[in-house]
Amino acid sequence: MTLQHVNVKLVVENPAQVDLGPLIPIFHEWIQGQVFDELLLDVADYRHVTGGPGVILIGHQADYSVDNTDHRLGVRYNRKAAFDGSNFQRLEQAVRAALTACQRLEQEPRMGGKLRFNGQEIELFVNDRLLAPNNDASRAAAGPELQTFAKKLFQGGEYSLDYQQDPRRLFGVLMKCSEKLSTSALLQNLS
Amino acid sequence: MKVSNGQWKEALSGKMTESLARELDIYESEIALRKQGKIDERVFAETRLRRGTYGQRYDNGQRHDGSRVQQMAYPSGDLTKGPMTMWDAPGMQRIKIPGGGLNAQQLETLSQLAEEYSDGIAHVTTRQDFQLHYVHIENTPTIMRRLAAVNITTREACGNSVRNVTACPYAGTCRDEVFDVTPYSRVLSRFLMGHPDCQNFGRKFKPAFSGCAQHACGLTNLHDLGFIAVTREENGLEKRGFAVYVGGGLGAVPYQAKLFDSFVPVEEILPLAQSIARIYAKLGEKKNRNRARIKFLVQDLGIAKFKELVLEERKTLPPDPRWTEFVDDAERFEEQPLKPAGEWPAEISEAFKNWVKTNTRPQKQEGYVVVTVTLPLGDITANQLRSLAGIVRRFTRETVRTTVEQNFVIRWVSLSDLPELYQALEAAELAAPGAGTIVDIVTCPGTDTCKLGISSSRGLAAELRKEMEETGAKFDQAVESLHIKISGCYNSCGQHHVADLGFYGVSRKVGNYAVPHFQVVLGGEWEHNAGSYGLPVAAVPSKNVPKVVARLTERYLAGRASGESFQSFVKRSGKVAMKSMLEDLTKPPAGDRSFFSDWGDPREYTLSDHAVGECAGEVVLPVEFELTAAEREVFEAQIAFENEEVERAGKMAYQAMVHAAKALVKVEMPDVNDDPDQIAIEFRRRYFDTQKFWDPFVGGKFASYFFDAHQNAGKPYTFDATRYLIDEAQLFIDAAHSCNNKLSTPVSV
Repeated sequence: MTLQHVNVKLVVENPAQVDLGPLIPIFHEWIQGQVFDELLLDVADYRHVTGGPGVILIGHQADYSVDNTDHRLGVRYNRKAAFDGSNFQRLEQAVRAALTACQRLEQEPRMGGKLRFNGQEIELFVNDRLLAPNNDASRAAAGPELQTFAKKLFQGGEYSLDYQQDPRRLFGVLMKCSEKLSTSALLQNLS
Repeated sequence: MKVSNGQWKEALSGKMTESLARELDIYESEIALRKQGKIDERVFAETRLRRGTYGQRYDNGQRHDGSRVQQMAYPSGDLTKGPMTMWDAPGMQRIKIPGGGLNAQQLETLSQLAEEYSDGIAHVTTRQDFQLHYVHIENTPTIMRRLAAVNITTREACGNSVRNVTACPYAGTCRDEVFDVTPYSRVLSRFLMGHPDCQNFGRKFKPAFSGCAQHACGLTNLHDLGFIAVTREENGLEKRGFAVYVGGGLGAVPYQAKLFDSFVPVEEILPLAQSIARIYAKLGEKKNRNRARIKFLVQDLGIAKFKELVLEERKTLPPDPRWTEFVDDAERFEEQPLKPAGEWPAEISEAFKNWVKTNTRPQKQEGYVVVTVTLPLGDITANQLRSLAGIVRRFTRETVRTTVEQNFVIRWVSLSDLPELYQALEAAELAAPGAGTIVDIVTCPGTDTCKLGISSSRGLAAELRKEMEETGAKFDQAVESLHIKISGCYNSCGQHHVADLGFYGVSRKVGNYAVPHFQVVLGGEWEHNAGSYGLPVAAVPSKNVPKVVARLTERYLAGRASGESFQSFVKRSGKVAMKSMLEDLTKPPAGDRSFFSDWGDPREYTLSDHAVGECAGEVVLPVEFELTAAEREVFEAQIAFENEEVERAGKMAYQAMVHAAKALVKVEMPDVNDDPDQIAIEFRRRYFDTQKFWDPFVGGKFASYFFDAHQNAGKPYTFDATRYLIDEAQLFIDAAHSCNNKLSTPVSV
């Protein structure tokens, strides 16, 4: 099973305190500075849609957003272009990108310190239903690699993997660590 | 872009007709050939456009980032998918939904496509289509295959073709309809799609169906070809037919459709449509795209001559069994409910009661209602689409349709199910009340994604909605029922002409800055299938529009006569009063820099991706002055027209154009005199021939308005011609402002 188009969402704490408005000038500035490896193109504002994709920084290879799907506000990375390497490397790349973006936002003064990763919950999903149909076979096929990845990410800490069961939804898993870890610590774990 | 693109063809093998599968294979091959440079970019552009694959803002590879124009370093380099359209630049995929009719499986497929290829949002348009944005060209064949597998096509969703055939979403359930137009709209859609007689149009061609004349739902008056259900008695039997209208259209200058025939029997609608298509293809303008819609042909020929030509053409058509083979089935067509008829629930909460008031409509079938699902700005998430699919399966026989107000309607809901359905919609966050009210704002994509956008229509709509929600405004019934419609430019995709409060994006220069504005258009009529069009009253800065809405609604409430509609109030008050009501809001407050950016976009506003907004040059005061005077003159022409002084109005509108042209000529030729001939010659030489006055997207369209008016000066002004001339004069002056802004703004790359 090939895990391409990996999406990662880092769930934030105290979502009610997070104002998405400042993200718009921040994302425009990220385009100005082309702050990531990916080509950054535009900003899409969906704040008017409750439980929606929030504010999206549209890129060519990937989109970054602060997404409120399922009313779980989080910093999301959506890999659109293919990424060379193994499944493990693709997971690592996507999680690293999400953590890097989240860290930038945690340090962004205009967010007033209110947008912070909750330290425990990371959603991973594969945005391609043909490569990864959401069924038992996919869970069985991808499970070992996801376990291996979680072990590295959480560096031996206790964690759980909770798979998305609705077959209409994308193949996905919620990785939850028993202890709180910072974005810096998680990035360190992946280095 | 998607790794799985190559695998979908096999995965969906056998799930669509062979001919459609072949068509999509060809399209995929054309993409490959274009990548190799073996297909001309213009040919490829038309190919993809006819499949609904559009360009999107910034697709020329440049984007102003707030301080400079960035060149986007796309991986495919200079490869293009059309003239000045970069291969890798995200685009828009339009998806045709005839009559807006969908089933649950189709909703689920749309949800998957929005998630996997777009940004998680599906957007409902003002013509019952869907649009997905930020789509890569190389994903489009897969998108089309997945749609084809559930019986949806994107074919002829764009290009010079027959666009989506729209129809009243209440058809078959409406208490006021003559009969259900659903089967007729579907058969026309199938008949005209890919028809050889529809492949040589100069521009697009939009048909619409309505079951009655009095409501707005079909908007037949603003369509190229409109059908309104009628019956008459023949030999003691009721005979079905349609009143057929032709040559309507919005766009920069809106035209009301003309009555072609008050009764066309149902077995004649296909050959008649075919004949009209043939005449349009034969005689419609091809070279000048700005006059290529059928409305211009009808206007130029006159409806009587046009009809004569069409009926002559009709006689030459070879018979086609499809013309009549649907008739019996259509007569018998009737959707069925899933549940038995019910009764209104006895106890209801306040929230439920509010929702019922605005979002339900009793069907003509007792015990059932049509439920409207309001979508903010026409947007729905992938999760919501899946939820909606589940809801329509649970409560109906999957009878759901999109509307021209960018919402959904769920039909055939048993009254007994209403509380449960409300709860299900609430759980999916689709139970917002306010359908068809002032908060249910219609808007085109505007500067968010459209290449033609001038101002941020979606940003403005979102702000107006937010302000109304934050204040928790409880509107008087008279205000609640008003319609707000917003377009990002003069092209009227947001249908601003038929709103009580319409707005379209324009730009104005204030000091050294370009400032986003909206023209306020008042007095349009939504009912009676878009019965009449409003006229522009004043241009106001974008950031002042919420104040404009507040003021107009307050004054309406305070000043209206008992039971007086907003349209009547505007007419009674007169445009002078309406304009003076807004006078202090037409200029931004001194020193407030927030007016130099648009709603939802903090970048300093610019007119194009090639120019920086911060002007280093001097303000040319004389030209600004002259253009202001020209604006005043066109306004006076509107007043004269309102007072039925048609001849005077026509002369004033023309004079306003001469004035605006002179203003620009004077910049280069300070001693220009007042002779209109000399002004026209100099304007042509200095601004038209040099393309300085050209709009980047419509070329010399606006200048041609002036040249036409000049050529016709001295001839009598008819009612219709004057009405169009006033609109054209306003657009010409708007373009003169843009030209002046462009020429006085330094270009940086």
